[in-house]
Amino acid sequence: MKRIRFVHVALAAVVAALVVPAAGVSKGNAVPSSVGKGEGKLTMVVWEGYAEKQWVSPFEKATGCKVSAKYAGSSNDMFNLMTSGGGGQYDVVSASGDASLRLIYAGAVAEVNVKLIPAYKDFYKAFQSPPHNTVGGKHYGISIQFGPNVLMYNTKSFPKRPTSWNAIYSPANKGKITIPDNPIQIADAALYLSKSKPALGIKDPYELTKQQLDAVVALLKTQRPLIKKYWALASDQIDLFKNGGSTIGASWPYQVNTLADAKVPVAALIPKEGATGWADSYMVSSKAQHPNCAYQWMQYITQPKPQAQQAIYFGETPVNKKACKVMDTLSKGSCAKYSANKPETYYRSIKFWKTPVADCGNGQKNCMDLRAWTTAWTQVKG
Amino acid sequence: MTFGQISAPVAAFVFVYVAAVVVLLIQGFWTTDSFTGKVVHTWNLDNYRAIADAPYPRIIFRTIGMAAAVTVTCMVLAFPYAYFMVRVAGPRLRVVLLVATVLPLWVSYLVRVYSWRLILNPDGALNWALNLVGLPDLNIAYTNWAMWIVFTYIWFPFMVLPVYAALERIPQSYLEASADLGGRGPTTLRRVILPLAVPGLAAGSIFTFSLTLGDYIAPSLVGGPGSSLIGTVVFENLGLANNAPFAAAFATVPLAIMAFYLLLMKRLGAFESL
Repeated sequence: MKRIRFVHVALAAVVAALVVPAAGVSKGNAVPSSVGKGEGKLTMVVWEGYAEKQWVSPFEKATGCKVSAKYAGSSNDMFNLMTSGGGGQYDVVSASGDASLRLIYAGAVAEVNVKLIPAYKDFYKAFQSPPHNTVGGKHYGISIQFGPNVLMYNTKSFPKRPTSWNAIYSPANKGKITIPDNPIQIADAALYLSKSKPALGIKDPYELTKQQLDAVVALLKTQRPLIKKYWALASDQIDLFKNGGSTIGASWPYQVNTLADAKVPVAALIPKEGATGWADSYMVSSKAQHPNCAYQWMQYITQPKPQAQQAIYFGETPVNKKACKVMDTLSKGSCAKYSANKPETYYRSIKFWKTPVADCGNGQKNCMDLRAWTTAWTQVKG
Repeated sequence: MTFGQISAPVAAFVFVYVAAVVVLLIQGFWTTDSFTGKVVHTWNLDNYRAIADAPYPRIIFRTIGMAAAVTVTCMVLAFPYAYFMVRVAGPRLRVVLLVATVLPLWVSYLVRVYSWRLILNPDGALNWALNLVGLPDLNIAYTNWAMWIVFTYIWFPFMVLPVYAALERIPQSYLEASADLGGRGPTTLRRVILPLAVPGLAAGSIFTFSLTLGDYIAPSLVGGPGSSLIGTVVFENLGLANNAPFAAAFATVPLAIMAFYLLLMKRLGAFESL
């Protein structure tokens, strides 16, 4: 999941900033109770690798909905594409958890009727009504794929397997640690503190009060001198583990598999404190021009076969339980490799990304929002 | 040319360029709704005030320091190089050197930055060469030193060309006159050539200084922890936090720095050499 593609993002962001996202989303959209005939067209904003020919072509053939996909460079990019010009330019978006709540609160996406998605009942329970796409019992998105943020280490440098996130806060590993350069990384430190310093009272790593955020920032500031590099692109971290002197860090399964394929001795695990992760949902624009094709797409992409194809292509985990078998027929051992056959508790142990907002559900509206997180992250990096 | 003939391009410039800057300045006075991420059009000075909060002053001074260091290094390297091209090299060698100077500009910026990563990596070309001559490893990958080297390399051609132009303009007769009056090499250099090269150095410094001031890709690719520059802050607010108003307010900092710098350079005659 390449959250940040600098050049694209910069350009898109500049354009988006000038074309001030206009408001005006109708809240009174009725939730459809049936899916009608396709409109012959479907426009999507997706991550690169989410609209590949091998699973888009069969869909186009079966439904007559011609797919045109626009790749987004970051979650923010996605948000801007779905809201600029009043929205309605794109029908669906493959939003990650750090954008989905923003889209919901901005009124850019409509409520989804999950009864119209047959494969929904085959999802792991953790992905049927996750907090990043379901608000107040109403579904605003259909989960598709996810992945954990794991602790990766070089097995030669660490003959004894690290079991805790404290490995990336330990002075013993000075100059060898790499972590993502993204404000959402604050949640990883918050998760660690929620276990190592229970006195702070952190319950949800995305819902931090001022005092809790300050404690997390203090921890991250002591971590800074130990950091080899805050990596911006997955390929950065791959380079750093190959020949850049980094031996431990926070990573994604994609890097672990790429490095393992390149015969670099690495392994990864979810430490005892648990892990954060990303989870993507398809959401329908509240001004979708082709709502029937949008529903047909969600019905299709949640079926075991396209789920398996996408998981293997991208290196992530499908939310449909039945995809595991198909994965193994497509590529032997891939189901276990991407943890698509774990017990329900495994998926519950991952704290999925969600946008930090001020009104975090404690009734006091005193949580730190994404803007505060970004400022804090700038302070951490100095 | 009459006003009518040039009014169209001038209008286009005003509309596209100046209007964009004005929009930028105005946006800095707005704010975003933290809940929906939309821009709220209420006038306030919070964004401009926040520039004075930690860690922004440190980032601003680091950026200015980096830009100054890169500029001075480029000057020190470019002057003898340009002098060699103008006064020592023959016509054929001069063409070769000029092409070699601008050649890197034909290659993508990203490729050049990435190639420096390969050179500076712990087991990269730099340490290989150091070990070859019996020196210990130098671990400067992902530090401000690496950033300094990469910026100096990337903006070097922008310094060489104006200095070359300035030196080429010095008539041979001036140097002969200096010699006739008893001026030896160092004296001629100090009292004739250097003063006449100042506009070229100043013009080049405008490029190297402003390009370093706005860059955010090199810090993210070759910088380490503690390498955030002004461009990094703008990018993070625009690209990650969706806080365009603060990014706009912060973007006025390099604008102000450059305005001040240009005034300074104008006094040194930089604009006659551009």
